[in-house]
Amino acid sequence: MELSKCSLDMLRTLGLKSVEELFSDIPEDVRTGGLKLPDGMSELELRRELGAILSSNKTATSHPNFLGAGVYNHFIPAAVKSIVGRSEFLTSYTPYQPEISQGMLQSLFEYQSFMTELTAVDVVNCSMYDASTALGEAVLMANRISGGSRFLVSRAVSPEKKAVARTYAKGADIKIAEVKFEPETGLVDLEDLKQKTVDGVCGFYFETPNFFGPIETKWDEIRQVLGERTMVVGTNPMSLALLRPPGEMGADIVVGDAQVFGTPMSLGGPTIGVFGCKSEHVRKMPGRLIGMTSDLDGERAYCMTLQTREQHIRRSKATSNICTNEALLALAAAAYLAVVGRNGLRTIAAKNVENMTALSSRIAKIKGYRSPRFKAAHFNEFVVESELSSGKIHKELLNKGIQGGYVLDQDFQDLKNSTLYATTEMHTRADHDKLVSALEELT
Amino acid sequence: MRYHQAVHDVPTLFENCEKPVPEKGFDPTIGGALPKELLRAELNIPDLPERDVVKHFVNLSQMNFGVDNGLYPLGSCTMKYNPKICDEVVSWDSVANIHPLQDTSTIQGALRIMYELERMLCEIGGVDSVTLQPAAGAHGEYTGMQMVRAYHELRGEVRNEIVLPDTAHGTNPASAAMVGYDVLELPSKEGCVDVEALKAAVSRDTAAFMLTNPNTLGLFEKDVKEIAGILHDAGALLYYDGANLNAIMGKTSPGRMDFDIVHFNLHKTFATPHGGGGPGAGPVGVKKKLEEFLPIPRIVHHSSQYGLDSNRPNSIGKVRAFFGNFAVLVRAYAYIKMQGGNGLESVSENAVLNSNYLKHNLKGTFELPYDDLRKHEFVLSGRPLKSKGLRTMDFAKRLLDYGFHAPTVYFPLIVEEAIMIEPTETESKDTLDRFIEACKTIANEDPELLHNAPHNTARRRLDEAKAARDMVFSWRAYEKKRADRSAAKA
Repeated sequence: MELSKCSLDMLRTLGLKSVEELFSDIPEDVRTGGLKLPDGMSELELRRELGAILSSNKTATSHPNFLGAGVYNHFIPAAVKSIVGRSEFLTSYTPYQPEISQGMLQSLFEYQSFMTELTAVDVVNCSMYDASTALGEAVLMANRISGGSRFLVSRAVSPEKKAVARTYAKGADIKIAEVKFEPETGLVDLEDLKQKTVDGVCGFYFETPNFFGPIETKWDEIRQVLGERTMVVGTNPMSLALLRPPGEMGADIVVGDAQVFGTPMSLGGPTIGVFGCKSEHVRKMPGRLIGMTSDLDGERAYCMTLQTREQHIRRSKATSNICTNEALLALAAAAYLAVVGRNGLRTIAAKNVENMTALSSRIAKIKGYRSPRFKAAHFNEFVVESELSSGKIHKELLNKGIQGGYVLDQDFQDLKNSTLYATTEMHTRADHDKLVSALEELT
Repeated sequence: MRYHQAVHDVPTLFENCEKPVPEKGFDPTIGGALPKELLRAELNIPDLPERDVVKHFVNLSQMNFGVDNGLYPLGSCTMKYNPKICDEVVSWDSVANIHPLQDTSTIQGALRIMYELERMLCEIGGVDSVTLQPAAGAHGEYTGMQMVRAYHELRGEVRNEIVLPDTAHGTNPASAAMVGYDVLELPSKEGCVDVEALKAAVSRDTAAFMLTNPNTLGLFEKDVKEIAGILHDAGALLYYDGANLNAIMGKTSPGRMDFDIVHFNLHKTFATPHGGGGPGAGPVGVKKKLEEFLPIPRIVHHSSQYGLDSNRPNSIGKVRAFFGNFAVLVRAYAYIKMQGGNGLESVSENAVLNSNYLKHNLKGTFELPYDDLRKHEFVLSGRPLKSKGLRTMDFAKRLLDYGFHAPTVYFPLIVEEAIMIEPTETESKDTLDRFIEACKTIANEDPELLHNAPHNTARRRLDEAKAARDMVFSWRAYEKKRADRSAAKA
């Protein structure tokens, strides 16, 4: 390494002749002698090379994309991007010194406040990694609350989330069993739930809207079947602009993903796990919490609190190992909700429902398609069943420059020839036209 | 040295004087698509002009300190400067607007970036394969522990214990416990692993040993080969916590030190911004013998096409939906590409030089336990402050008044009144000299000044106990508390 004058000065201060002497404590038998990586490049060269590699990606901007299944394409106002890009926020660490970090702390408190309003549970933490890991943690927390070693998950949950839940459950030796959905409505099959809610079951996870789009209606019955067991509800927080919130319906824990509020899809990451619960469970909760307090002068102030639940204090007895979370995305969600506001949010949510209804009914009119496959109210996602194989439809759409929905057959054998479509406010009438005429041409 | 943080009166977004007016003529059933009984009755979130929202957050940002504001020497957190180009590229359409479930033929560029990043991390870590799925360092540890468990289970062995030194990051024991392991913390000797104690502790029940090298005191564990031998002879695995990787790039690697599993903190070593707590990314690398346990899907490359392979029967499954924190991965890819192999080695050299320079200049002001060469960070003891009735926290708070973020304090636990300093390679000698000067000045200041510090930040010392007592986590909770209080008065 060629040394700058300052570096040479520093070495001299240390009484050393070369930088290599600073590494004299690394024994020879573990030395590697440099990295076999290409030489560095300038910013301009990087832009060229990276731009060229990434240009082969087909984006939702240039190719109509009807995928959802947990990650959604929503509009992000310029003001949100501007706020999230403030480098005082972007380049700060976890606010361990609250006096100098009030900006991020208050923003996170506001995120918690927004999510508390939307979900109507008592407490929402300031983020988990994503919805799937939030579910994984909820399984562990249900076990801490209700103390059984079995956990039930609705079948109408994405395979990705179920896979993550299984991984987390395995670590705690919790067995996961699935609860059927009603073939007609896609909603929780109460009879199956009753049958499977046996001794040792600590909780049940279901979603509204669920993976297939239907909005759950049988809250009271589910709550009743579960009794003292932990009710864990997954939701798309944007739908809560219009729908009854899980906290009002007796949920003990609410999970979801707030990517829908101001974070781009970015191939599914980062997104932001929402995690909320009733206040009686707060000490069993994973993740950071921001609380309001005051300073020496009596001024209102914010800081991280109830940290005795966390790994840096409690180590192996912590409620979770989580440390780094998705704070910047919580800021994005708070900024998004503030920018669009109450009525703006409801209008956006309404547009999603309108687009879903419009697209589904247009597809239903095409011969050979049944849409929506499930008889229920939907938010912005729905299942289409067809006479053709969904794999074939997917390929044909792709040939026409359209990314169709998520093919369900691979994970749900009873949903033959079925595809999950999502549509948001980002789709124009022309996008719908393109999909509908492509589907028409297929039959 | 002058510093004063901005102070603004910023009420919460929920305190604007006007309550939101429900929209006129809005049909919440959306033309009957949603049944009335499924609709919510109220939604108490504000409606504010964009102008006010931007003012709100810009003023809040001015009451927040980031690396871009100044030195942020949090030990073990590697708060280095983050090149701006890395943020710009993730805002590109080709990164931001792709969906994880797209047909792989339409995300070839993204898959290639991830595939190549895996290969680059293999070289840096001295491992054979890498997964990018974990979303953070602790999540990487968790993934590693799941693989430890899967490895032993496949061999038909029941091993219940993870051993780690008492200097380990708190996430290590927490991650091990989440995978169902008992945790044995081993007392250190002279700041390093006590090899004899390790020998005595390791048994047929030991599943793995977790270690970061250099350790959290900034000391290089010279006996690492012997340590690895002890574990491997007992049939156990060796796990590398990559939080301190910034010290050794190009000099040695976890793989070369015989670690079997290693996680990388992209938001530390590879300069992706930490965003006030996240997002990060915690890729995990493994030696060949553990490859079959990596999370699915694996990114594969055949006949110039990138694809996904989930047919891995011994995989631990998934630890997160989709591919991990892609936008963070792209930033790290850009950073590594710009640095190149030699650049990364220089990163470590400068990080270690800066750290030793600070240590050399501050050891007279504070106590330096285990005086020795340090790597990228070092730990002082604030014990000398005690004679003036002060504690390390008082010193840390007073540093804020000089425009420096405080170091990590009270960690590692084995150093009394610990002050853990990591300057990183991106700070100039000029900045380091000013930091040294501030530390020395503070050490001689009137104890009262420290006791009541900070004075120049947006808020004075917080009553953190009150936050835990009151448990006000939202505006709703605040209003409820206020209503309860006035009801009690009445």
